[in-house]
Amino acid sequence: MTMTVLTHSLPALLAQAQAFTPPSGSEYMRILPELVLSVFGMIVMVVDPLLDEERSQKPLGVIGLIGALAALASTYFMALNPGSAFWNMVRVDGFSIFFHVLVIAIAAVVILSSYEYMAVQRIRAGEYYGLILFGTVGMCLMSSAIELVLIFIALEISSISTYVLAGFRRREASSSESSLKYFLLGSFATAFFLYGVAMMFGATGSTNIDAITRALASATVPPLAYVAVALMFVGLGFKVASAPFHVWTPDVYEGAPAPIVGLMSTGPKAAAFAVLLRVMFEINAPGRFWLIWVSAALSMTLGNVGALVQDNIKRLLAYSSIAHAGYMLVAFAAHPELGTSAVMFYTAAYAAMNVGAFAVVSHFANAGEKYLTLEDYAGLGRRSPMLAATLTFFLMSLIGIPITGGFFGKFYIFSAALKSNLVGLTIIGLINSAVGAYYYLRVIVMMYMREPRGEVPVTATPPATGLAIAVCVLATLYLGVVPGRVLDYATQSASQLVRGTTISDSLINHSNNPSQ
Amino acid sequence: MNTASLNPYILSLVTFIPLAGSLLLLVIPRRDRDIKLFALAISLLAFVASLHLPVHLNRNLTGFQFEIDRQWIATPNIHYHMGIDGISVWLVVLTTFLTPLCVLISWTSIHERVKEFFILLLILETALIGVFTSLDLFLFYFFWEATLIPMALLIGMYGHGRRVYAAVKFFLFTMIASVFMLVAIIWLYSRTGSFDFVVIQNAIRSGSVANFGAAGQWLFLGFFVAFAVKVPLFPLHTWLPDAHVEAPTAGSVLLAGVLLKMGTYGMLRFNLGLFPEQSRYNASWVMALALIGIIYGALVSLVQPNMKKLIAYSSVSHLGFVVLGIFSFTPAGLDGAVFVMLAHGVATGGLFMLAGILYERRHTYEIADFGGLATPMPKYAAFFLFIVLASVGLPLLNGFIGEFLVLAGAFQARPIYGILGATGVIWSACYLLWMYQRVFFGVVKHDVNKTLPDLNLREKFALLPAAAMALLMGVAPILWLNSIDPSVQSALAPFAQLAAKMVGQ
Repeated sequence: MTMTVLTHSLPALLAQAQAFTPPSGSEYMRILPELVLSVFGMIVMVVDPLLDEERSQKPLGVIGLIGALAALASTYFMALNPGSAFWNMVRVDGFSIFFHVLVIAIAAVVILSSYEYMAVQRIRAGEYYGLILFGTVGMCLMSSAIELVLIFIALEISSISTYVLAGFRRREASSSESSLKYFLLGSFATAFFLYGVAMMFGATGSTNIDAITRALASATVPPLAYVAVALMFVGLGFKVASAPFHVWTPDVYEGAPAPIVGLMSTGPKAAAFAVLLRVMFEINAPGRFWLIWVSAALSMTLGNVGALVQDNIKRLLAYSSIAHAGYMLVAFAAHPELGTSAVMFYTAAYAAMNVGAFAVVSHFANAGEKYLTLEDYAGLGRRSPMLAATLTFFLMSLIGIPITGGFFGKFYIFSAALKSNLVGLTIIGLINSAVGAYYYLRVIVMMYMREPRGEVPVTATPPATGLAIAVCVLATLYLGVVPGRVLDYATQSASQLVRGTTISDSLINHSNNPSQ
Repeated sequence: MNTASLNPYILSLVTFIPLAGSLLLLVIPRRDRDIKLFALAISLLAFVASLHLPVHLNRNLTGFQFEIDRQWIATPNIHYHMGIDGISVWLVVLTTFLTPLCVLISWTSIHERVKEFFILLLILETALIGVFTSLDLFLFYFFWEATLIPMALLIGMYGHGRRVYAAVKFFLFTMIASVFMLVAIIWLYSRTGSFDFVVIQNAIRSGSVANFGAAGQWLFLGFFVAFAVKVPLFPLHTWLPDAHVEAPTAGSVLLAGVLLKMGTYGMLRFNLGLFPEQSRYNASWVMALALIGIIYGALVSLVQPNMKKLIAYSSVSHLGFVVLGIFSFTPAGLDGAVFVMLAHGVATGGLFMLAGILYERRHTYEIADFGGLATPMPKYAAFFLFIVLASVGLPLLNGFIGEFLVLAGAFQARPIYGILGATGVIWSACYLLWMYQRVFFGVVKHDVNKTLPDLNLREKFALLPAAAMALLMGVAPILWLNSIDPSVQSALAPFAQLAAKMVGQ
């Protein structure tokens, strides 16, 4: 924001008017990815009615993909203009750049993996791709907003897009159920968040994160702030699917279209974790420790135990996503700097492996998502060796076997926890990850060690889906073999976030390093 | 060309040749014969490359050799640090020695998904070699876990009837146990800022690790549980018979020959190396468990109707000797333990190959289905007898040297353990020779067995190296012991100091 030095003689009214000077060009650069995504979202919506419905899917998908890639490229220009914008509502720092790149990359891969799905399911493409792009705007904004009201608006943009996307399999009752359930419970949860924001305003007199940080650091913490933190945690806990706010997850994931589940379980989740990091660590939220401790332990345990008995692959991955939210929450109980970088790394690794896994699942599920039970995966290793091998690789990463991103993700989380003397939580987490190995292994066992069932068809993998899966494999492998660069970047941005210093030049040089 | 100039790179080369080969296999078209020949060539190449190690090993040095130490990841401070001493060098060679034999023995017994089989086998070889060459705890854990998936898939995809159960059981047992090791490793890192084995060892010895006194026992146990499951030490052995019985022959050979040694190697290197005081403190119950394993394994072997299960339980018994030797903290005991590891790898690997050859012909492992096989298969019977005698511990064959040294060491440390352990030798003669008698002697009871073909050329090529090695190790153990002993002496140095301190008090 352009600061004009005001003399003391000027009236207060004039000062206020001065503060409302229109934003400068570089401030627009700081929200460039959001602008690009919105423009392309609108282009998709405008072009849609002009095309023949039967033939509109491919071109619209291509526009959506170009939009996402353009937005990805525009993060570079955003990164060249660090600082805050729009009356201190948005801040571009290493942290927000990281999440921008991550979320937009997720959207791009999901769009790629949707091509085939749209064709097979005969879903109208205009709204679909438009909503993905608009939802991504919300997710991006969530990571860079430092004003709680803007965070709330961004949260709603991303949520409402995903509510609608969850109901896109219009012919299926389960999809409508999924959408409605997600919408009702989600609105309820965001209301909690809003209530928390109001309480925070009551406690500190501001909704700006910087101002809240100063207010909480300087004086004794007002009791209202504790309530505010708890309420905001309820809202965000719902978004990241952590226990005890996780009950919606399996039903919603089961009903929603498979590529969208890939998006839902990674994009909005990463964005919500970004907000949670800002709320918990940048503000240094009071009274967060036991809140998080309990939620983390519950999420890991309920997620893994729930997954043990699932026979539907989407439900299985839904419970696994609850467990993974639990692992990430472990880091929130740790030392802020260590915890932040570990969570940032984990969101990237989780995105790579989970989007990949859902890309395979959505390809294999076929028309009408018929083939989703574990039984259907019997003998996949024989019928489709490449597909089975890639799914095995993603599952290995979810288990946390070396040479995958999932391994280093878990490693950083638990080493951050141990360094912060969270021995109890670490042991709960590691026992849980051993339990988790069992149900991922069930899928691998099915694919390789059972006889194939004749009636399940295996169609050839179209190039777009193949490309999406390949990107995910490479990203998972990259994070599993040379995690250094991404982790260094996360560590630097984490220390800025926690200390509240401005961005350094060294950070920008790495900024267009795609972590996806 | 002076081959010594390879020294800094040879370990990476040996470790990753099989992996590179498996990647090349990915692109080779699915013609089974080409794939098998290629896998054989790669595994032989790795073996030849690994021979560089004992040739150039300086037997007068006690530290690590052929070291390479590069930074892999800056934060956390993870290094690509490899190096071997006189102990691990032989385990590397054992791995590369057994893998070509595994390829040969799988030539016809694997007839579907051949490509995947050899890819998994070669990946497994890389992971196994990596375990023995890593000097960075993180790298070690990395390879340690990396052995799991290929082995579990080999059992689960190519095994017999209850293969899925066996594969999952194997996976979960070892995975859960190694989680405890991971906690201990991360704890050590958080207090020392390094994963480097040598750095951590020096930090612990100089007493500069905060809180080590209170945590030492737990750290010892964290590592110990992971290794004890792998060995397997009684009562954590229950996965082993299942895994062995269901595994394909090559899987059994590598499982018994090398995978189990990961556990005993880990005890020697990490439990003794990092926690000498705690090792002393815990030695009595560890030795007791080892002793129970020796006798229990032997007794269970005695009553097995299934040939492969019998050999599997005999591994429990033999590996008990290794643990007994390691925790005797005497030079003889440790020398013997390392020697038993190698001898058991060769002899039991041979036994599993022999059992596999029979299974290929008759599709059964039941001892009762055979009898009088010496008549139709004289050459097979001769090889079998030779390997059985090596395993029993006949002097001049390899089993004798190791077990003798272990028992001598155990007797020095605690006489009663030595005496009880010695009964294990008698038992092993009982169950193996009795099994041999029931399978090969007498009249041919079943008509199908009358026409069983004897060994073919390929099978002879697979068995001959194992038999020759058993003989060579038996008549010239000094070739091995002269490099094992200096490393053992340096591993035991802190124990001598501890003992001196105890006497001084």
